[in-house]
Amino acid sequence: MSESSEAKLDRSSRAATRRAAEAVVGRLISLSGWSAIAVLTAIAVFLASNAWKALSDPQVGLIRMLTGTSWYPTSTPPLYGFIQYIIASLRVTGVALAIAVPIGIAAAIYISEFAPARLKGIAKSVIEFMAAVPSVVYGLMGVYVLGPALKDLFGMQSALTALSAGVVLAFMALPTIISISEDAMHSVPSELRQGSLALGNTHWQTTRKVIVPAASSGIFASVMLGLGRAIGETMVVLMVAGNSMELTWSLTTSARPLTAVIAGEMGEVVQGGLHYSALFVVGLTLFVVTFLVNLAADLVLERQRARWRR
Amino acid sequence: MKMRKWLTIGAVTALAAGTIALAGCGSTPAKTAEPTTPAKAELSGTLTVAGSDTLVNVAQAWAKAFMAENPNVQIAVKGGGSGTGIASLINGQVDFANSSREMKAEEKDQLAAKGSEAVETKVARDGIAVIANSANAVENLTKDQLGQIYRGEVTNWKQVGGADKPIVLVSRDPSSGTYEYFKEAVVGKERNYAKSAKLLPSNQAIVDEVKANADAIGYVGVGYESADVKVVALDGVKASVDTVLDGSYGLSRGLYMYSNGQPKDLAKAYIEWILGSAGQQIVTDEGFVPVK
Repeated sequence: MSESSEAKLDRSSRAATRRAAEAVVGRLISLSGWSAIAVLTAIAVFLASNAWKALSDPQVGLIRMLTGTSWYPTSTPPLYGFIQYIIASLRVTGVALAIAVPIGIAAAIYISEFAPARLKGIAKSVIEFMAAVPSVVYGLMGVYVLGPALKDLFGMQSALTALSAGVVLAFMALPTIISISEDAMHSVPSELRQGSLALGNTHWQTTRKVIVPAASSGIFASVMLGLGRAIGETMVVLMVAGNSMELTWSLTTSARPLTAVIAGEMGEVVQGGLHYSALFVVGLTLFVVTFLVNLAADLVLERQRARWRR
Repeated sequence: MKMRKWLTIGAVTALAAGTIALAGCGSTPAKTAEPTTPAKAELSGTLTVAGSDTLVNVAQAWAKAFMAENPNVQIAVKGGGSGTGIASLINGQVDFANSSREMKAEEKDQLAAKGSEAVETKVARDGIAVIANSANAVENLTKDQLGQIYRGEVTNWKQVGGADKPIVLVSRDPSSGTYEYFKEAVVGKERNYAKSAKLLPSNQAIVDEVKANADAIGYVGVGYESADVKVVALDGVKASVDTVLDGSYGLSRGLYMYSNGQPKDLAKAYIEWILGSAGQQIVTDEGFVPVK
């Protein structure tokens, strides 16, 4: 008798423990969801509060910074115009995407739809390895191999240009674009693929008219993530882009993207000073730009999802 | 059974917490003992130094040699940049800040607000060499010509006696001490660098670009001179440790260590050792110029 009641007690207490554990885990999961939002808000507040000194300074201010084209923090009075750096970021990122998007999507289509199984396995692990290579290694490759080659090819004045940096960044954005696009195409339901083939479409027609459109939201997401990788990359642009502050759209001159300005100058400035604060304005700009890019991507994806639901 | 398991976990946790607490206690007396140690006999204690990346190699060599002479002394050296080092000094996190530029008024005010005063010690000098590609025919520039080149007024090598090629300007970035020194000494206090100047993040990056680019001109610390690039003479004198020392070469800047008030005890012994012959020999070995 004592044995059976003990077992019953044990069972009921075990159920109670499980319920309690479930409640705790549930809370933890929702807490981590909220913590992501909290961290994002904290970053925005941190950037804005440090940027405030420059933004509120009558000699500097947001308008002057965004319309000025001279960044001379040590001149008197100091000048903190940085529209040329925003354009530099766009030039470098533009080159990277112009190369990485077509190649990446084509590679993803090949790997997902046409490659034989063995090659597929090899290609996927090579691409994963590409994503794991540290950016400083890509930077060295850019400085010593790619840059000089491009300099000779295009007759540029220097190997350190927006073009060189963009090409290196394309290499870095490629793995993201390929692997996420490939995943998206791979997860298109096989009924769609088989239905299309059964209707007499060729393999290529099926890919073009069914698989790619069905996976388009995933492909779009991969491009956005590749863009994020390219615009936020710091080490490579610091090493390869050449860092001059000319206001130009030319790809064969040097560029100094927003990330390079912050990374290059933050270590030596007077902490809490005007120059320091101006660098935070640059950081805030970068934050707003990436936030807007992601928001736009989300809206597009949401619209697409709504269309598919119909 | 279950009870025992929980007990075990509890015991292990308590033990771990105890160990951490004990370790914490262990380090406290060591720290408080440091100021009472007499500076002469057996030096002991810890010092932390942070700041300038220009100085970090010298600073580490100093620390290593000093610790070898005084086995009971621990000196930790970090880089991070002059601004970072001075901020750490203001916040009381380090004993010395290495700086490749003089402390700014803003920083002195921040320290004054904490009721302290920075004491500056010039621990080394850095000669600034003008370098060009080995293939460049230009051997000598006047200081005026160099200023015109960096302001963007002279843009072709033929204007200063070289080939008919555009000049590619290479500079450090605006927060570097070298950039500021070169601006004041060459470009002009009220003038600015040309916008086409490449603002590279390190001396080595400048050497690499000048080595690779036949049209480039750059400036670096004399420690970075190498056979791969040509040192351009300035007003007839080439930059080297010797020409800076004898005063015939004009471009050199100070490298500093800052402390919170006058250094005392171990810190005092350390800075005196750095300024002494052993410390200054290390300065020379690392390619910088000793202070006399």
